[in-house]
Amino acid sequence: MSPRTLKDTHGEARRFGARALAGFALIVLALGVLGGRFWFLQVMRHDEFSTRSQANRVHLRHLPPPRGLIYDRNGVLLADNIPAFRLDVVPEKIKDMDALLHRLSAVVPLSGDDIARFRQSLKQHRPFEAVPLKFHLGEDEIDRFAVNAWKFPGVDVAPYLTRNYPFGDEFAHVIGYVARIDDKDLAHLDADRYAGTTHIGKTGIEKYYEGRLHGTPGYELVEVNADQRPQRVLERVAPEPGENLYLSVDARIQKAAIDAFDGRPGAAVAIDPRNGEVLAMVTVPSFDPNLFVNGISQADYSALLKDPDKPLLNRALRGGYPPGSTIKPFMGLAGLELGFRRPTDTVLSTGTFYIPGSSRGYRDDQRYGAGTVNLMQAITQSVNTYFYSLALAMGIDKMDAYLSRFGFGAETGVDLPAEGDGVLPSPDWKRKTWNQPWYAGETVIAGIGQGYWVVTPMQLAHAVAMLADGGVPHAPHLLRATRDGRDGAVVPIADPPEAESAIKDPADFEAVRQGMIGVVYDPHGTTYTAGIRNGFPYVIAGKTGTAERFSRKGDEYITTKDKAFLAARHRAWFICFTPADSPRIAVAVVLEAGAWGGTDAAPIARKILDAWLAGQPASSLPPPTVIAGTAAPAAQAKAAQ
Amino acid sequence: MNATIASLRTRALRFGQRLMHRPRIDLPLAIALLVLACAGLVTLYSASDLDAAVIGGQAARFLLGAILMGVVSRIPPTLLRTWTPWFYAISTVLLVAVVVLGEGRGANRWLDLRVIRFQPSEFLKLSMPMMIAWYLHPRQLPPGWKDIFVVGVLVAIPSALIAKEPDLGTALLVAASGIFVLFLSGIAWWRVGLMIGALAGAAPVAWHFLHDYQRQRVLTFLHPENDPLGNGWHIIQSMIAVGSGGVFGKGWHHGTQSRLEFLPEHTTDFIFAVFSEEFGLVGVLLLLALYAFIVGRCLWIAANARDTYSRLLAGAIGMSFFVYVMVNGGMITGLLPVVGIPLPMISYGGTSAVTLLCGFGVLMSIHAHRKWVG
Repeated sequence: MSPRTLKDTHGEARRFGARALAGFALIVLALGVLGGRFWFLQVMRHDEFSTRSQANRVHLRHLPPPRGLIYDRNGVLLADNIPAFRLDVVPEKIKDMDALLHRLSAVVPLSGDDIARFRQSLKQHRPFEAVPLKFHLGEDEIDRFAVNAWKFPGVDVAPYLTRNYPFGDEFAHVIGYVARIDDKDLAHLDADRYAGTTHIGKTGIEKYYEGRLHGTPGYELVEVNADQRPQRVLERVAPEPGENLYLSVDARIQKAAIDAFDGRPGAAVAIDPRNGEVLAMVTVPSFDPNLFVNGISQADYSALLKDPDKPLLNRALRGGYPPGSTIKPFMGLAGLELGFRRPTDTVLSTGTFYIPGSSRGYRDDQRYGAGTVNLMQAITQSVNTYFYSLALAMGIDKMDAYLSRFGFGAETGVDLPAEGDGVLPSPDWKRKTWNQPWYAGETVIAGIGQGYWVVTPMQLAHAVAMLADGGVPHAPHLLRATRDGRDGAVVPIADPPEAESAIKDPADFEAVRQGMIGVVYDPHGTTYTAGIRNGFPYVIAGKTGTAERFSRKGDEYITTKDKAFLAARHRAWFICFTPADSPRIAVAVVLEAGAWGGTDAAPIARKILDAWLAGQPASSLPPPTVIAGTAAPAAQAKAAQ
Repeated sequence: MNATIASLRTRALRFGQRLMHRPRIDLPLAIALLVLACAGLVTLYSASDLDAAVIGGQAARFLLGAILMGVVSRIPPTLLRTWTPWFYAISTVLLVAVVVLGEGRGANRWLDLRVIRFQPSEFLKLSMPMMIAWYLHPRQLPPGWKDIFVVGVLVAIPSALIAKEPDLGTALLVAASGIFVLFLSGIAWWRVGLMIGALAGAAPVAWHFLHDYQRQRVLTFLHPENDPLGNGWHIIQSMIAVGSGGVFGKGWHHGTQSRLEFLPEHTTDFIFAVFSEEFGLVGVLLLLALYAFIVGRCLWIAANARDTYSRLLAGAIGMSFFVYVMVNGGMITGLLPVVGIPLPMISYGGTSAVTLLCGFGVLMSIHAHRKWVG
């Protein structure tokens, strides 16, 4: 301890005495102020307050606002409010809650879930507030309770509006659902705005636009008699309903897409490339959101959780898959834009690609290679060697920088909560995630969308839409317009501001587009045999992808044609846009277990295009530009050689 | 014969003295607390609409508090001082735990250890003044800027954690209990003035950091009629209850405001309004006098304490006790914004009565070890 002067204990005690006296004087002063306030209220204003107290027969009742409705782009109702009845309990009026619940369950059946949830929400409410015990009562339950109501003071049947999703599982992963407000919600809610509200958006549009959908609560001042029975309403401030939302999705396209999957797990997203409007967003399998609204039973919930196909997983928004060959149009574009290739430059594909000075081989899909190919042929036939050598020439850093402009490795910013962001592989990412160095071989396989790559269907659809619009990014979005009540004007939501195009030279885009047209129309095209071009009035530009779910052990080629065997190993992708020269729709389809992108995923995309076409008024469409057979694109491809 | 009676008398006296000495109870303080507890139970019985279970629960809490008070009063202040840094550190770590994994309605205030659920912020009401007194005990008093700065840090850390829960009311009370120690240590008046000035200057900055609902409360307090749905309604109903009580009150269990459910939380935060309505200005003044006596007795014990630590601690506990009364009384009469601070020994439930009685246990221990001369 450092040397210091001795403590002056006597002086300290003296000073303390003075200070304590000063403190006590302050306290007496404060008590004087408080006493004065009581005197002011209880003597000076006694008459006024006495009158008010005697006249105080007025109770305040919260009026929750009706939740806004949700429609598709054509005005089809996707989320509705329907009248229902619930059982309310005012805890303050109940002496013995356990006994009450026991007696009550003899009249209205109460499940363990009901009671557990009720006890949970008891903690969230003040004792004089009514707490819902059971939602969505059946008619016989209401009747039985009405007869026995006199036995249960403090328990009431109350009308309310419950949320209903008429399309059930079709839109569960888009609209999401509302459910009972819980502890976590309360932490960030404005208690006054939600005083009478029981439900809140938990996922999807219901959660993202909670602020628009909820509305403004009202209240009622009700005069009561000595028995607390309401006599008349003195003042009523009506609640303002939440905004009605018009989404860009089209229920018909959604339905056609779901049917096309035929129950096979996967996802599809369709976007209007001109403005980023999401036309369909499908996840298969799905679940019934109505189950969650008034409390899902433990049995239903665990069934959903245990389902091996994971119906609760929002594959379109959060499902992460390697993009495989669907990355090739973007890679090809990067090669042209960054000046590593000209459209006419060729590469010799022999079946196996080697990094100079290394003995590890990287395979082509065709055993003995595709021969000499330019960019268009490389896209049309999905020639790996072209992209292996391109990736190696570009290097991972330049590749990353360019592909990230198409939104890979980041959320697209679509107006839905909890979007997945995928992985755009980079040495930086690998160091942060695995703390490992980057190898040249990883650059090579990243060039064909394998390795560490992860994209979500939403991301890939956004990238395709951006490509289709000549490289101009439009953030994908679902909300198209809002409307106040039934009579209000429809207010369109402004499209997100246009950003700079990622493509500098239109000729680069043209080369890639011709390659993608070849995928569908050229006899060597990877989806030619599936025939998705047949009978469609516009030119479709597409790209298949067949990504491997596991890395292969050896170098040998797989020659089996057994679809089940292949499906178990592959993720099948198809991306496309149409009409090829003025795109109106861009689609990404993924099948979690598909043998080949061309034969399995592409037909699903075609059904989505058909449903889109059927819904377009003839006057709004450009004249058909059918390519008879394979003539036009094939001729172009030949001419380019 | 006379001799035997005399010897019996002296023996009985000595036995009685020893009994009184054993628990080291300060009689005036103990009696005042007993009267207060009884007043509390009587008011609560009315406010809970004659609910015996509520009274039983509250009496059990008082009993637990009284036992703890007896136990604490047996611990000499020197031992308390040795434990102080540990006590402070543990309660602060518990606070961190609450912020990280707590649960509660709208705010994380509770720590659930399965066996017991408690609010660690309650501990700070005691460990905060103990810590500041421990820090100032060996130093040269009155403290200079360096010590004031250290005290500021010791006060700020737990207070900021409590404010983050968020529980602004308790955070301010805990901070106040630490600052009282500084005040009682004889810090120069010009420094007090300077710091109050600095605080007033920082108020607009603090406003910026408040949660929306906290700002709302302050705004509601300024204009209660603008918020008919929320706290404004409560303030108006509470003022009606107080004002309609008049000089002599409406009589026990005749308060219409609480019985007809116009008063919110009438067994907890707003119980003072029930008391005012039923017992009138006379009852209120008697109650305030009782509180003043308790605080005065605390300061008296402090002034006679043996060392700096005991002095500062006893004084700060007394003054903090008064602040609870003032904040709650101010709230129900519309003088101060609505903050959830219970009225000491009258409001129902919670750990607050138990913590309070532990604090009085510390005071009794200090009283038992008072200085014998001067």
